Amino acid sequence: MTRLNEEGLLYDVLVVGGGNAALCAALSASECGASVLVLEAAPIEFRGGNSRHTRNMRCMSGSYQEEEYWTDLVRVTGGQTDEHLARMAIRASGDAPAWMKAHGVRFQPALGGTLQLGRTNAFFLGGGKALLNAYYEAAGRLGVRILYNAEVVALNIDGGIFRSATALVSGSPVELRAKAAVLAGGGFEANIDWLKEAWGEAAENFLIRGTPFNKGLVLKLLLSGGARPVGDPRQCHAVAIDARAPKFDGGIVTRLDCLPLGMVVNRDGLRFYDEGEDLWPKRYAIWGRLVAEQPGQIAWSIIDSKVVGRFMPSVFPPVTARSIHQLAADLGLPGAALESTVRRFNESVRPGQFDHTLLDDCRTEGLLPPKSHWAQAIDTPPFLAYPLRPGITFTYLGVKVNESANVVIEDGSPAPNFFAAGELMAGNILGQGYLAGLGMTIGTVFGRIAGRQAAHAAN
Amino acid sequence: MPQTDPHAEGARLLTICNSCRYCEGFCAVFPAMERRLHFAEADLNYLANLCHNCAECFYACQYAPPHEFAVNIPKVLAEIRAESYQKYSWPGFLRGAWTVTLLALVLTVAALAWIPRTHGGDFYAAVPHGVMVGFFGTMGLLVLAFWAIGLARFWNEDPSRPPFRVRAFPDALRDIVKLSNLSSHGAGCTYPNARHSQARRMFHHFTFYGFLLCFASTSVAAAYDNFFGWKAPYDYLSVPVVLGALGGLGLIMGPLGLLALKMRRDPRITDARQDGMDILLLALLVATAVTGLALMALRATTAMSPLLAIHLAAVSALFVSLPLGKFVHGLYRSAALLRNALEQRDRDENEKRGER
Repeated sequence: MTRLNEEGLLYDVLVVGGGNAALCAALSASECGASVLVLEAAPIEFRGGNSRHTRNMRCMSGSYQEEEYWTDLVRVTGGQTDEHLARMAIRASGDAPAWMKAHGVRFQPALGGTLQLGRTNAFFLGGGKALLNAYYEAAGRLGVRILYNAEVVALNIDGGIFRSATALVSGSPVELRAKAAVLAGGGFEANIDWLKEAWGEAAENFLIRGTPFNKGLVLKLLLSGGARPVGDPRQCHAVAIDARAPKFDGGIVTRLDCLPLGMVVNRDGLRFYDEGEDLWPKRYAIWGRLVAEQPGQIAWSIIDSKVVGRFMPSVFPPVTARSIHQLAADLGLPGAALESTVRRFNESVRPGQFDHTLLDDCRTEGLLPPKSHWAQAIDTPPFLAYPLRPGITFTYLGVKVNESANVVIEDGSPAPNFFAAGELMAGNILGQGYLAGLGMTIGTVFGRIAGRQAAHAAN
Repeated sequence: MPQTDPHAEGARLLTICNSCRYCEGFCAVFPAMERRLHFAEADLNYLANLCHNCAECFYACQYAPPHEFAVNIPKVLAEIRAESYQKYSWPGFLRGAWTVTLLALVLTVAALAWIPRTHGGDFYAAVPHGVMVGFFGTMGLLVLAFWAIGLARFWNEDPSRPPFRVRAFPDALRDIVKLSNLSSHGAGCTYPNARHSQARRMFHHFTFYGFLLCFASTSVAAAYDNFFGWKAPYDYLSVPVVLGALGGLGLIMGPLGLLALKMRRDPRITDARQDGMDILLLALLVATAVTGLALMALRATTAMSPLLAIHLAAVSALFVSLPLGKFVHGLYRSAALLRNALEQRDRDENEKRGER
């Protein structure tokens, strides 16, 4: 077996993870004069964790100020947030784009179909993978050492002090020593067994929208090593995505935006929730859980040809039929039940002025569950259907950190030389819910803090 | 999932791109793609010729291989482009061995036919004025006719007609002369590898403007000859010689630079089957420039007449390749940029109307 050069060396800072937070930490530590080793579990082609699927970052600015940002955060989290850390992240998000540009990240106007985010979010030219490429290139220029296929399997924490990490590098165990560590290894959304602890066997039918490498091992090692947990251990951000998506890494193209334009039925051909409850950007994140609660964890969005062209195209073609009866047959649904559901739905639709861009007055009457907006009879063939499954974006459970990104131990004291950044500690700020682009804000802000602090701790 | 037919594969990939759209800020291809929901052959041929093969979208793609979606836009569009050349070009697009063989034949025949008859000084003593003008004049007219046929085929393939707007022409011209789609907002393109660089754009500029300077040199010389009666060879500081010398230098540095980049390029992003036609064009340009410069330097010596024969042979081979070889990429790319500019102007006008 060949020995790695890294073995036996003592680095100043070891960074565990290879996504946005990890790279921000590595760059910052390196620019503070530290020697830095990055351990990325994925191979080079899939480096970058879930950051490779992102496209923007929520940034404070002249037109989106601290209080509005904070109000948005309180609204989505229902107050499950650490105000001090949250406001730190919000304030630092204003200056972050300048730092990102200095490290090669480029920005562009809001993407087609996302114009509502143009005021609050800065979009990366080319998306998250382009951002990561820029950071990896900058890290290369700074002399940061990066090991791919390096999965951390043990943390050697001795008397509250980080000493080393053991990683399987291309399958062989290697001990890597450093004076300080930044842990930025993501959540556990790709660990189906762990998801089963909260969801039972239903989790087998979940699709994971991001990287298969977020197994939560670093999180588990930290928690078993005495770090204080934060965030709901049983919750995850789940949206309804196309059931034909790959098990992992389907990313953005598997989402479906047509749910509020039609009806959603389960495998018994029955509706189960108000598809028109609120504007889609405010409601799409509840549909993962709704579908997960249905038998077989599957549902179908059914629309008619009237609304085609009013939603972003999906990567998978819809199942199309001339009649509801034929559609049910093609989908393997009970035909009589689906026909009856559609008939009752159509009969209860009240006339209104359809406008899918606002809360219009098209609703049902005397129907349970109701459809409160955008209710139009599903009567114009061809009829179209998209199959839905829960798509897991991220998990909320993380480790508590302080304002210097030190991991907080069970007794409340900060660990002196190990820090956490990114999804591993995002639960401090985003205890529940979802705010577009906030994950990248937390990763960037706390990645930079953790990198600087780790470099100082190493000296 | 990947398809073997380039058009089927292109349609599959662009359907993925169209529901992602992360790359829409890179170049003209993605906004043009978003203006379409279906990707028929004509759409794909248009998008393929709009693509400058900068490969940024490949390196930024979350679905690039080994992801199971296996998205590789630069490669599939390169393959579609090559097929489109064959479809449009008249009397037929030649590549690989056929092109080389035919051109070699022309070269030889030309060299043999023009065995020089005198030594030193006067070009027209070696090859009579009438022969030179008649031969290259005829070839030039044929080239223009073949180009026109190819362009008409390209333009008419897509039945959608963006409305005519005068302001689209300067837009397209700017994109052509600046190669803005290889600039990536000033960072340069990701060629020959993932690192951004202006090298390819610069070397293409050397080539393109070198070619234009040589064309200008020839045009000025033709005017001198026909309208003023001033016969070649011209003074070293005369307009045709200065233009020709600068152009010749560009046509040496540019193609050699492009060739050097090509040797180091990432094999994943290109269609290697096209190397033959690429290298042939670069070689013909360099050969024309080198022999032209040598002729200029040695025109007063006994080497003049054999050099003239070789130079004219190189030029005639280049002429043959103009409508049949890689050179046509410039035509279809320019036409695609014009269509793109028309579509964009049309969309902008519609949006303005919508706001009012």
